[in-house]
Amino acid sequence: MLPIGHYLFLSLALFILGVIGVITRRNVIVVLMSIELILNAVNINLVAFSRLYGDVAGQVFALFIIADAAAEAAVGLGIIIAFFRNRETVLADEMDLLKW
Amino acid sequence: MLDSVIFYFFAGIAVGSAALMVTRRNAVHSAIFLITTLLATAGIFLQLRAEFLFIVQIILYVGGIMVLFIFVIMLVNLDVALHQIKFARQKWVALIVALVLSAQVGLMFWSSGKGVGQIWPGLNAAPANRLPPNAETVAKSLFSEYLLPFEIASVLLLVAMIGAVVMAKKRA
Repeated sequence: MLPIGHYLFLSLALFILGVIGVITRRNVIVVLMSIELILNAVNINLVAFSRLYGDVAGQVFALFIIADAAAEAAVGLGIIIAFFRNRETVLADEMDLLKW
Repeated sequence: MLDSVIFYFFAGIAVGSAALMVTRRNAVHSAIFLITTLLATAGIFLQLRAEFLFIVQIILYVGGIMVLFIFVIMLVNLDVALHQIKFARQKWVALIVALVLSAQVGLMFWSSGKGVGQIWPGLNAAPANRLPPNAETVAKSLFSEYLLPFEIASVLLLVAMIGAVVMAKKRA
């Protein structure tokens, strides 16, 4: 295994790219995909530390995060489909029903 | 040596296609690049000897979640979105947030006063095979120590499934 800093930097890069995607993109589906990217970056950290300390708990938590990501994707995409049926758009700045 | 070659190969693919994913206009291209990133991450998991997570990443993330994403992208109308501007007007917010996050991590490295990889003591010594057969160890830990979180996760998945069905259902 390489020194842990390599993995932390990789994780940081992916995390920041995901944050930039969440903030800047207009398409809500791409925003959801950026959130998946962020969760994935966290998983790299967990697995790297799991390997470092020889403790399998990190991998178990990474599994839980993957399950969470699946649940979040299912609910989020359900919301997107319901919204698209009502308003014919997937763009974040046109979703202004609660804005006045 | 081989370790670092493998790591930099997969890390380069992961970061490069993540950057492409954030910048592509077409949502399908974004999804394909995200799949590439997830596969490269699976390679990194394998390099970290987390074989079970490697398989789960490929089957569940790439084979399950991303297929769901592409399915929804095909379901909603893409042609409209293609001709509109891609980014919301929040570039500066994004830049500031990214800089702040980088500064935080930079501060962490700087305050440790040492280079990459020497932040915590003893981190350079690679533990030699301290994780025996991976799937077995994960399963043992999952079904003994983390049994309650495991059951809660399955309830969460059930709730998410019901929620997705209710949400996507046609109004009667």
